[in-house]
Amino acid sequence: MKPLLEVERLVVEAGGAAPGRILDGIDLRIAPGEVVAAIGASGSGKSTLGLALAGYARPGTRIASGRIRFDEHDVLALPARELRLLRGRDIAFVPQSAAAAFNPALTIGAQVVEAAVLRGEASRAEGSRLAHRLFVGFGLPDPQSIGRRYPHQVSGGQLQRAAAAMAFAGNPKLIVFDEPTTSLDVTTQVGVLAAFRERIRSCKTAALYISHDIAVAAELADRIVVLEHGRIVDQGGARELVSRHGARRRDRALTRVLPDAEPLLAVDRLTVGYGRSAAPVLAEVSFDIRHGETVGVIGESGSGKSTLARALIGLLQSRNGAIAFAGQPLPALVRHRSLRTRKALQIAFQSADVALNPRQRAGDILGRPLTMFRGLRGAERDREVSRLLALFELPADVAMRFPSQLSGGQKQRINLARALAGEPDLVICDEVTSALDGDLRLSVIDLLRRLRDERALSLLFITHDLSCAAELADRIVVLHRGRVVETGPTAELLDRPVHPHTAELVRSVPRPEAGWLDRALAQRPATKPVAPVL
Amino acid sequence: MSITGAARRSLRLPALPTRAVIGLAVLVALLLVSAAAPLLAPFGEAEIVSNESFGFPAVVGPLGTDHLGRDLLSRLLYGGRSTLLLALATTAIAFVVGVGAGLGAAMAGGVIDEVVSRFFDALLSFPSIVLALLMIGALGTSMPVLIGTVALVEACRVFRMARALAIDISALDFVAAARARGEGTWWLAAREVLPNALGPLSVEFGLRFTYAILFLSALSFIGLGVQPPTADWGVMVRENAKGLLYGSPAALVPAACITLVTLSVNTIVDAFADRDQDLRVPDMPP
Repeated sequence: MKPLLEVERLVVEAGGAAPGRILDGIDLRIAPGEVVAAIGASGSGKSTLGLALAGYARPGTRIASGRIRFDEHDVLALPARELRLLRGRDIAFVPQSAAAAFNPALTIGAQVVEAAVLRGEASRAEGSRLAHRLFVGFGLPDPQSIGRRYPHQVSGGQLQRAAAAMAFAGNPKLIVFDEPTTSLDVTTQVGVLAAFRERIRSCKTAALYISHDIAVAAELADRIVVLEHGRIVDQGGARELVSRHGARRRDRALTRVLPDAEPLLAVDRLTVGYGRSAAPVLAEVSFDIRHGETVGVIGESGSGKSTLARALIGLLQSRNGAIAFAGQPLPALVRHRSLRTRKALQIAFQSADVALNPRQRAGDILGRPLTMFRGLRGAERDREVSRLLALFELPADVAMRFPSQLSGGQKQRINLARALAGEPDLVICDEVTSALDGDLRLSVIDLLRRLRDERALSLLFITHDLSCAAELADRIVVLHRGRVVETGPTAELLDRPVHPHTAELVRSVPRPEAGWLDRALAQRPATKPVAPVL
Repeated sequence: MSITGAARRSLRLPALPTRAVIGLAVLVALLLVSAAAPLLAPFGEAEIVSNESFGFPAVVGPLGTDHLGRDLLSRLLYGGRSTLLLALATTAIAFVVGVGAGLGAAMAGGVIDEVVSRFFDALLSFPSIVLALLMIGALGTSMPVLIGTVALVEACRVFRMARALAIDISALDFVAAARARGEGTWWLAAREVLPNALGPLSVEFGLRFTYAILFLSALSFIGLGVQPPTADWGVMVRENAKGLLYGSPAALVPAACITLVTLSVNTIVDAFADRDQDLRVPDMPP
């Protein structure tokens, strides 16, 4: 069969401050109806490839050479007007962040079929019927009225489905998915993936699915290409590639021997709520953390994880219950806690973008806790800042930079380094790996593991990502709607989950083995929205 | 940490657009010339140099004379000094009061926030010119009363903005991190919140400065502002308005100066507003 898309020796170059090749001679073919996944670490050029298929290069980059043939068109030679027609009609794009792709001021329904109506392919009335069909097809709840809602009125998973619906609206021949599920939590991701797979199969659309997660890619793609530094380094059938790459994953002994002593932190029936009468966000949560132990708290978004972190650190007044730290009762609010407890109990927040003051230099951000908790000033403080930077594998000149001048990974390291600067006994990590992609996430987890082992540090690792928790935690506490539904040693809990919600979380984790999505879907409770039927 | 030359270079600020450079040059020139009024002015501020009212430019004095036969150029220079100085002083006071109260109310929250906010709301509910009339009517037309009145009127607006900014910024995690560390209110306000509010506040300062000039001129125009014989651009417009009937530009020249200052400040403010986009706090993740 003649391929729908044929890419030959494609080269995309970056100009400006850091010249170099982002794509370095890519050859790729996609047959009609075929789904190809492009996987690779961040910076491997996979998003650039997705954009280049429609003849687009980000500002500051340019398509330097090569040929892209799409359905009888030479894409790179097309005049601008025809190229514009090609995009959206024949080649559609599903972006990573649907939240950023939708105009917040227009309704979802209007935007999903906007392009089709503008091109004159459908009248306004036909457009709204088309939108309705698409919403049904993607399993969106309430398809009659969801089109009248604004983007902020639906959940992240629903918005991502709507973004895909927009791409399908014009009946394109090829759809480029650019990491469309990366920002979703695992249980939401399963539903969205199922909807994508169902639509791709029933519409017989060809697709390029870009992802950093081989397990996700394998569920959707017929074929996988692996990108590294702008080159294709491996490719093959999805199942074969997964069995080759997937095997080398976590195989760590998950339990370490711990001294059985008085717990460092004891949380006893902690209940927290916003407002006086509303239902509590956390209800009677109890658990312990021992010296040197890492406890993972997992739960979906909205399960009360971040509220737990804020209550423990003393930013929220609890309604009921008690917290004891090193045997002493801990006052609920931080302003009543002694300098010593504040030093011993530290927090690192989720998003380094908002956790670091944009007007303070990294050196000052790290220096403040050094001054406050350890009394270091002047040259002494600067020396300790340099030592911290080295410990976190950051170059020394980072101290002089503002957060906006640091990369995402560097910012997250500063965020963690600040929490460790005061030499605490327990660090609460609130989703510190969620905003990072594959490689960065692993390096941050490695770093945490190393620091924990070197310093006998205890960690409370809060995450929605079970696989991250499994990498680090000795024990796991599962939160569901503000309650602890299950707790136990990591390996045991993962192998034999008792509570149905835990079981669902465990199944929802993308696994490096074929067919996990089907199994996760098959075992979902019937009340959940399952794969749509059209 | 000290800032080294290298770090400063790496922070190289983007060049200002031409419009803003011109605006800045005009503003600096006007400020310098006004400040040097006693040295530059050919005659005294209230010195009558001719018995011809509304003398024509270049015939009697370089810009002609005003309604009392005083040299218009000298009046313009002295007037610039008082107008710009008054506007700067009132805006500065308004910012100290407004930003202080706004940050304080936002950080304290609760009853304090409620009381302070309602106080400024009450003041804001008066049209500003009416509020000024009341205060000056009650307290007289001395210079301190004038400065205090205009500063208070402006401070209400500044308070609203500063409080809103502080509440927005306080919700971000870096402030939570500082709270969790146990930082006091003073540190939170001065080190965490204020630096991040400076961008929008400096833009607001420029705008408030031009409003202050216009407001002072309006007060002078209705006779409640700067009192004769002190020169002031607003006063000069009023005094010389009659001259328009005789074809004298004596009222237009100070009016043009007011316009010029307002425009130059606005071009600078625009440039800063654009640049601030690059430095602002990132949006919260959804």
